[in-house]
Amino acid sequence: MKKLINDPKAVVDESVEGFGLAHADLVTVFPDPKYIVRKDAPVAGKVGLVSGGGSGHEPLHGGYVGMGMLDAAVPGAVFTSPTPDQILPATLAVSSGAGVVHIVKNYTGDVLNFETAAELAQAEGVEIRTVLVNDDVAVQDSLYTAGRRGVGGTVLVEKIAGAAAERGDNLDAVAAIGDRVNQNVRSMGVALSACTVPHAGVPSFELEENEIEIGIGIHGEPGRHRIPMENADGITDRLLDPVVSDLGLASGDQVLLFVNGMGGTPQSELYIVYRRAAQKLAEQGVTVARSLVGNFITSLEMQGCSITVLRLDDEMTTLWDAPVHTPALRWGV
Amino acid sequence: MGLDVGWAVRWLTLSAQAMAEHRVELIELDRPIGDSDHGENMDRGFKAVMDKLAEAPPETPAAALKLTAMTLMSKVGGAAGPLYGTAFLRAATALGEASDVDAATLAAALQAARDGIVARGKAESGDKTMVDAWTPAIEAAAAAAGDGDGDVRKVLLAAAEAAEAGAVSTDPMLARKGRASYLGERSIGHRDPGAVSSALILRAAAGAAE
Repeated sequence: MKKLINDPKAVVDESVEGFGLAHADLVTVFPDPKYIVRKDAPVAGKVGLVSGGGSGHEPLHGGYVGMGMLDAAVPGAVFTSPTPDQILPATLAVSSGAGVVHIVKNYTGDVLNFETAAELAQAEGVEIRTVLVNDDVAVQDSLYTAGRRGVGGTVLVEKIAGAAAERGDNLDAVAAIGDRVNQNVRSMGVALSACTVPHAGVPSFELEENEIEIGIGIHGEPGRHRIPMENADGITDRLLDPVVSDLGLASGDQVLLFVNGMGGTPQSELYIVYRRAAQKLAEQGVTVARSLVGNFITSLEMQGCSITVLRLDDEMTTLWDAPVHTPALRWGV
Repeated sequence: MGLDVGWAVRWLTLSAQAMAEHRVELIELDRPIGDSDHGENMDRGFKAVMDKLAEAPPETPAAALKLTAMTLMSKVGGAAGPLYGTAFLRAATALGEASDVDAATLAAALQAARDGIVARGKAESGDKTMVDAWTPAIEAAAAAAGDGDGDVRKVLLAAAEAAEAGAVSTDPMLARKGRASYLGERSIGHRDPGAVSSALILRAAAGAAE
């Protein structure tokens, strides 16, 4: 294992410390228990937005703390959900009295820990709503599994719900728009190579040189199937087709097309994927009204990408375009 | 003779030792069907339990288990933190104020722990989770407690052996809960790491009563 680290046990501590130093103008980092809050939190009268999850998906979630997006992010150990003793103080730190929305990716650990923290926060008098993100179409038997996972759609939920909170929507309205984004977003990913969790020291799974895993999760969890390597257009079709059919996209729909890198794939390749996906959507009469291309929800150094499509309405588009100023997303300011 | 707070502290100490010794094995079990973090998280969690026990020595078995519950819930993360936290909390509640735990109370506490895991995680027997270690363990414990001689060591040994067999029984199962469930058919042939760590903890409970 070759990694730019000092000690496998200190990876999250040192990385978050560096993050705090680099973005001291936007965020405050609390080291123990560990959480990241927006510099000017709590913002008077505003609904607070808290998300979190295992580390290793950077810039998710800490990179999205700031004006127009999250009020706090709670990083767990690598690929391990954070604990209630972090989520609770983060929630209290951003609570201005207008309530707090927890944005939770649908993984057993994340759900259990946020659920516990929400109970504790409510016992302290903070009203909590939870938006569960489960956009991964790779999971087919949702009834017989822990359900669809939260992946790329999480970034879009955080941006759009964050903009709604920033413009002054109340607690139920912010949660409702978060749910609406989740209902209209689908994703599917592919891995060309595995990633190595620092404390494990060996790759999370094995892929032969000529093999890829279609439907990979963001922790290296397996997807639908393994197939021999194909060219970019072929792989793009395998990701986009199930997303489009699951979403039930029709001619005339307006969408946001998000091609996300898993951490080890160059931007140039992501644009090759974007090109094909955009062409295919255009052929189906779907208008790509907004786009996002880059490494926004990653899986350490994994090679691969995911395609996320969000069916837009006017309000979601307006909220997507609204100003945002965070370490990882910034426009309109 | 029942089980006192000394037993509870020895149980937790032996559990911490087992998590440290089996850290790599649990990571390796978690790698193909999970995300390689179970051994790391359990080791970190029980080390924190040891620190807490040293800081504030508990006076009853229930107090020791409650402290364990709060520590695991706050330090472990993942699914294992809330699940084990709930298990220890429910067991502590079942023990009540007793300073000397008899066989029937012990069996009831183990049952409460299992029920807590089921309530939090919503897994059933056969889903390839820690429930597949705990359910045979509490059945064996109840049978041993009902045998009449009231020997708590027999109850703990029966639970440990059944949990170990239960962990092995997860090998051919198709995972229906947790991250392994995403593997579908490919989860078959792997042992569930949560069932293995559960068996280690129950074996430590028996070891502490030797």
